[in-house]
Amino acid sequence: MIQYEGVSKIFGSGQEAVTALNKVTLEIEQGDLVTLLGPSGCGKTTLLRLTNRLLPLTSGTIKINGQDIMSVDQVKLRRSMGYAIQQIGLFPNKTIYGNIAVVPRLLGWDEDRIRERVDELLLMLRLEPDIFRSRYPAELSGGQQQRIGVARCLAADPEILLMDEPFGAIDPINREEIQKEFLRVQAQFKKTIVFVTHDIHEAIRMGDKIAIFQEGRLIQYDTPEITLLRPVNRYIADFVGTDRALKMLGLMRVAEAMNKKPKNIIKGSTSTQEALKFLEENDFSGLIIIHQDKPIGYVRQKALRHKNTEVKKIAEPCPVIVGIHDTLRDVMSNILMHDVRDLSVIDDNGDFAGTISYNDIQKCILSIYTGNRG
Amino acid sequence: MIFKSASSASIQAIEGERIGNVNTLNFIHENADMCWTLTLEHIGIVAFSVFLAALIAIPTGVAITRHDKIAKKIMNGANIFMTIPSIALFGLMLPVLSLIGHGLGKVPAVIALIVYSQLPIIRNTFVGIKNVPPELVDAGRGLGMNGWTRLREIEIPLAIPVIVAGLRTAAVMNIGIAAIAAYIGAGGLGVFIQQGIARAYEEMIMTGAIMVAVLAIFVDASMALLENILTPKGVKIGRTLGQ
Amino acid sequence: MSKACEKAYRLALLVVLLAAGVLLERAGLIEYLSDPFEIDYTLRLMGQHIRMVVVSMVMATALGLMLGIIFSRPKFKRYTGVIMYVVGLGQTIPSLAVIALAMSFLGIGFKAAIFALFIYSVLPIARNTLAGITAVPPWVIDAAKGMGMSASRILFQVEIPHSMSVILAGFRVSLVINIGTAALAFLIGAGGLGEHIFIGIDLMRYDKLLAGAIPTTLLALLADYLCELLGFLIIPKGLRLQQET
Repeated sequence: MIQYEGVSKIFGSGQEAVTALNKVTLEIEQGDLVTLLGPSGCGKTTLLRLTNRLLPLTSGTIKINGQDIMSVDQVKLRRSMGYAIQQIGLFPNKTIYGNIAVVPRLLGWDEDRIRERVDELLLMLRLEPDIFRSRYPAELSGGQQQRIGVARCLAADPEILLMDEPFGAIDPINREEIQKEFLRVQAQFKKTIVFVTHDIHEAIRMGDKIAIFQEGRLIQYDTPEITLLRPVNRYIADFVGTDRALKMLGLMRVAEAMNKKPKNIIKGSTSTQEALKFLEENDFSGLIIIHQDKPIGYVRQKALRHKNTEVKKIAEPCPVIVGIHDTLRDVMSNILMHDVRDLSVIDDNGDFAGTISYNDIQKCILSIYTGNRG
Repeated sequence: MIFKSASSASIQAIEGERIGNVNTLNFIHENADMCWTLTLEHIGIVAFSVFLAALIAIPTGVAITRHDKIAKKIMNGANIFMTIPSIALFGLMLPVLSLIGHGLGKVPAVIALIVYSQLPIIRNTFVGIKNVPPELVDAGRGLGMNGWTRLREIEIPLAIPVIVAGLRTAAVMNIGIAAIAAYIGAGGLGVFIQQGIARAYEEMIMTGAIMVAVLAIFVDASMALLENILTPKGVKIGRTLGQ
Repeated sequence: MSKACEKAYRLALLVVLLAAGVLLERAGLIEYLSDPFEIDYTLRLMGQHIRMVVVSMVMATALGLMLGIIFSRPKFKRYTGVIMYVVGLGQTIPSLAVIALAMSFLGIGFKAAIFALFIYSVLPIARNTLAGITAVPPWVIDAAKGMGMSASRILFQVEIPHSMSVILAGFRVSLVINIGTAALAFLIGAGGLGEHIFIGIDLMRYDKLLAGAIPTTLLALLADYLCELLGFLIIPKGLRLQQET
């Protein structure tokens, strides 16, 4: 747990003094990934660098697990935390092995243990140890270097990671991949992470909580959902953007919005005439066909009219099927692209779990905005 | 005296062998021992001075990377000394050093060479370390390296090629200045030129001039090789890959 | 803080100068230079010295600039590396060797000295001109081309102004080395302040020695300083500002 209490930082003195941080109070729970968000010059990086005493504190206290960081030797303090930066900062004169081994060596681990740890980390980040161990940073792509940067900061298995735009230097496609991978690692190890970013999407995707800064002040500190939902002031509303409903969709899963008991479904063994009757009685435009708990396709009224067979024989395959863990953003995109009103939803086993439509999503969003949720 | 002086013995040796109009190669061939002795003496003076100069200049260069203002002053000071023409510096030092009985000989030569070596070595050490990308220093600090560890593991290894380049400049320059130092009795290959001019003995002058030039080029090339050898492998790979 | 440092620095300089003055007096320099014959003699040597430097530098600068510009033209671009290497090699050759070699070929006298100084001074100027022009950012030249400037216009209005500080640095090195090497010209019978120094050493006469060494040193320091001032005149202000930041 990291506690910031009334933390201020002033650069320079006299008339040239610049207040970078102004009485910031904030608590980061054990195992949380907190993103510090804001435009450049808002003080987010300063706060990060105060945490491992790369910058001296002007006033206030920072405590880690209850202990004031000023009472710990600064070099020891830094060795107890992982540190990753946007420029990566891999040492070009050291091999990948040597780079990852920096902190373990500083901590005096024996070489066998270091070797084991390096291999473990490389595997965890999906880099083949036998290939990469003895390479030099110059031989790696940007994305690979970034992974090594992450591996180096995890090397001594620190409880706390400080990351300053760690994925900022790579292209958007690789960035998304490494973000996912990092979240997978984080889900496994539950580190306490302070993560600086200026990218709202990254902050939302990565953070358990988001701390938004403006001109050295902490303006809002909440979960991504609440931040999007109830920005405390105009500044944050602008910062999270007028498209924040769309951003919400990126956070929410299908399971939260889907219709779990849809009516417009029919068993695959039903006869077409029966299906037609059912359809006309309920005034549906089409029916989803379920066979052995799997959605196998759909039929429309026109297709049923002059046929006399089981509906599963004339089923048209669904253009798209979504999973219950998919984001609503993906669903929305599918709805816009395909000419279907109701998408079938399947659970982890591939069994039919319900349907989701534009109306379901809108209902869900509206219910959140009017405060029926959370 | 740090080195034995070969110059005093030289004159008689050469005197006896001067017959008619032999060409330079003949001269070298006939005085091979002499050439060899003077070359070694020359190398000795230069190597010893550069070594002592490095002992002073490299730590100075490292130290001033932490204080930019002092750095500028120190380098300006070293530049002033570097600007003083070598023969003038010998002349300026002579009255002072003769107070302790070393106005002539190898002592003033070595002192002058040490003085001239300061600027290239200090400057290159300073620039080499300052050119280490700031993010590497930041990463090193953030990972918990203290000043010494950073210096040893990152800054010095990355600056080594530049520092060696400074030593190279100093060594090559000193070979030329050491040749002039023959006039204050320091010995070395300048003796050939000095004696040759004094007696209008062309082959001897040529021998001196050519050998000093070849020695300078040879040292330049060897130091370039050393520079390459001491460049960290990862840095070399980065260069060939164009990063 | 820095002002106090400055004051201390000035004071130290003053003390050093004073001590040097006392030392000079004791070495008999003042007495030496009070002799009207000796002062005349010294001034004549200085005149020779300066004449050698000026004549050889004018020639060296002209040739150096020319070579640098020629070899920076696109036609010769691929030889740049080789030329830089050869010039670098030439620069490693000691000044005394060049002076001695010049005497071997041209005999003794003023002409041989001028030639040696000229050859030795061309290299840094040519090298820096070439390096400076090669280092002009390609997009700057591209922009000039895009605006329809002719090749010669680009050279004189873009490339040379851009590389002026590098060229000047080469000139400065060349000039300072030239002044020092000119002191050796006495050895091949061209006179100059070296005459005082070498004869002073030979006779172990400190007054004569210093009457040569001090003016030579001052000449070199003055030349170095003047080059710095020259920088304010010929380096375009915009580029000076760029360098400072």
